[in-house]
Amino acid sequence: MTTSRVTPILALFVVVVVVQLLTLASGKTFYLTQLTMTAYYSLIVIGLCLLMGFAGQISLGHAGFFVIGGYTSAVLTTLNLSSYKEAPLVSLLTRLRVLTDRQDLYGGQVLSVHPWVACGVALVLALVIAWAIGIPVLKLKGHYLAMATLGFGTIIYSIVLGTQRFGAADGISSVPPFPLLPGISVSGASSQRITNYYFAWLLVTVAMLLLANLINSRVGRALRAIHGAEDASSAMGIDTGRYKLATFMLSAVLAATAGVFLTHFNGGIGPSEASIMKSVRYVAIVAGGGMGSIWGTLIMSVVLNFFSLRGYFGSFDDAVFGGILILIMLFAPDGIIGSDLRKLVKKLMNKVQKSVSSKTQTTSHK
Amino acid sequence: MPLLEVQNISKRFGGLHAVKDVSFVVERGAIKAVIGPNGAGKTTLFNLLSGFLEPDSGSVVYQARPIHGKSPFEIARRGLSRTFQHIRLFARMTALENVMVGCHVRSRSGFLAGMLNLPWTRREERQIRDKALEMMAFLGIETLAGKEAASLSYGQQRSVELARALASGPAILLLDEPAAGLNMRETADVAKLITRVRDLGITVLIVEHDMQLVMDISDEIVVLSYGEKIADDVPRAVQTNHEVVRVYLGEDDA
Repeated sequence: MTTSRVTPILALFVVVVVVQLLTLASGKTFYLTQLTMTAYYSLIVIGLCLLMGFAGQISLGHAGFFVIGGYTSAVLTTLNLSSYKEAPLVSLLTRLRVLTDRQDLYGGQVLSVHPWVACGVALVLALVIAWAIGIPVLKLKGHYLAMATLGFGTIIYSIVLGTQRFGAADGISSVPPFPLLPGISVSGASSQRITNYYFAWLLVTVAMLLLANLINSRVGRALRAIHGAEDASSAMGIDTGRYKLATFMLSAVLAATAGVFLTHFNGGIGPSEASIMKSVRYVAIVAGGGMGSIWGTLIMSVVLNFFSLRGYFGSFDDAVFGGILILIMLFAPDGIIGSDLRKLVKKLMNKVQKSVSSKTQTTSHK
Repeated sequence: MPLLEVQNISKRFGGLHAVKDVSFVVERGAIKAVIGPNGAGKTTLFNLLSGFLEPDSGSVVYQARPIHGKSPFEIARRGLSRTFQHIRLFARMTALENVMVGCHVRSRSGFLAGMLNLPWTRREERQIRDKALEMMAFLGIETLAGKEAASLSYGQQRSVELARALASGPAILLLDEPAAGLNMRETADVAKLITRVRDLGITVLIVEHDMQLVMDISDEIVVLSYGEKIADDVPRAVQTNHEVVRVYLGEDDA
């Protein structure tokens, strides 16, 4: 049992390495940038997959948690306190290394929050907000939950877009690199491209391992039970409210983690990350990957995010994801990758046949 | 001290008095039945006892502590387990997984332990699996372990649901019409099964339509009619109770 859980993780690791070597061999190392971003977006959707596919709770507001992570980190690491250097609190925090000195692009002194501290604050904030939103909202079911989380996403979007401190429509730029180890940092510098690629995919691999373990544990079984029949699971002693809330918070913190690191990688973040279409896109990916499969969701995420980031969908980017959602719901509510592909094709053929035969029938009636 | 004591509970739905001032006790180790014509309030009573509904008035005392107003999961944790009139299995999980969910209350691995897959979590998981298989073997359905719940026959689903409830190690088991939809032979099997469950030391409270089943296995029977208790006695006395014959048995004879 343990081996079957570790094998796909090892396979993922091998694929990550092979892809990197392929980009190297073909001289297309610039692909690594999109592949790194894809990794971060994947972190969001696998968390959302746990929430939707296993606990059976939809969220149309997960872009909100990504943005809470990204903006918190961006704001804290770009605010400049150098003019308050002498203030006792500021100097104390500087001595505690909570605040750190650096130079901005133009050589000016910047005293801002250390990225690690900012990251910690961002993740805690995401957890707290997920907790505060989750308690009332997760009492709702189906459409009502979808609408309430949509409301949450809308609020975050308008806060981000309307707040001067958050750069309004411009967002926040010149976010500093995130130091990981001496000489290694999360940043968009081309010299760091390969390490960033590996760091991002390391995060995804670790998250996949943790989630795969969780799914196969007592908690995962309880989540699937809640999904299957909520009343029966509470009759079996499962605190359904607590499990749903914890899953919501876990998926929120994964989204916020992605937000933090992608913001440092990109050197900034804008309000488009908070748009409802982003949340819809995440839901579409989970649906396409097969609601109940984190591996299907990961594959779907890699394919769609990579194509989208490479600009293959042109200006119809959002339309593609909307279209995917419709097609999946109509023809493969269990997902494409999760379900038996042959069954799907058969179903499609049947539909086509039926519609053709019904058309011929109606014409013959006339 | 009885295991379960129901004191003057009432439940109204709008103008309908579904359960009206009902009191009875369930002694430890007994098989007690609740019968009554359709709409007598039997399922409502079960929902009141298991926390799915809150009584408007009255109290439910279980193991000397009041449980009315508590959530279903809290009541389940105290060892009161139930089945449903309309089978409520986790359709897309295997029979074994369904029964393993029953072990939830008797295990404790949380999110963190689950994600890290710690040695003690793995050990607990094995214990859960063994316990679930043991329960399935007790009911003679261990061969169904790997089958998806939705693919099982009606009678098999009933057995899996019972195994799931038993896996939680209950002190009292509430069975909501366990013989509904079963043929005579299957009903006889259920009767045997219920007495075997009682022999494990588990108290049984059963709601049932099948008079023969109830008369055969129950130590005591509560009869409800339009939400009110009209009798509470040993089977033989209930059978000859004039009021019961009029509202319940009389209808069958007519």
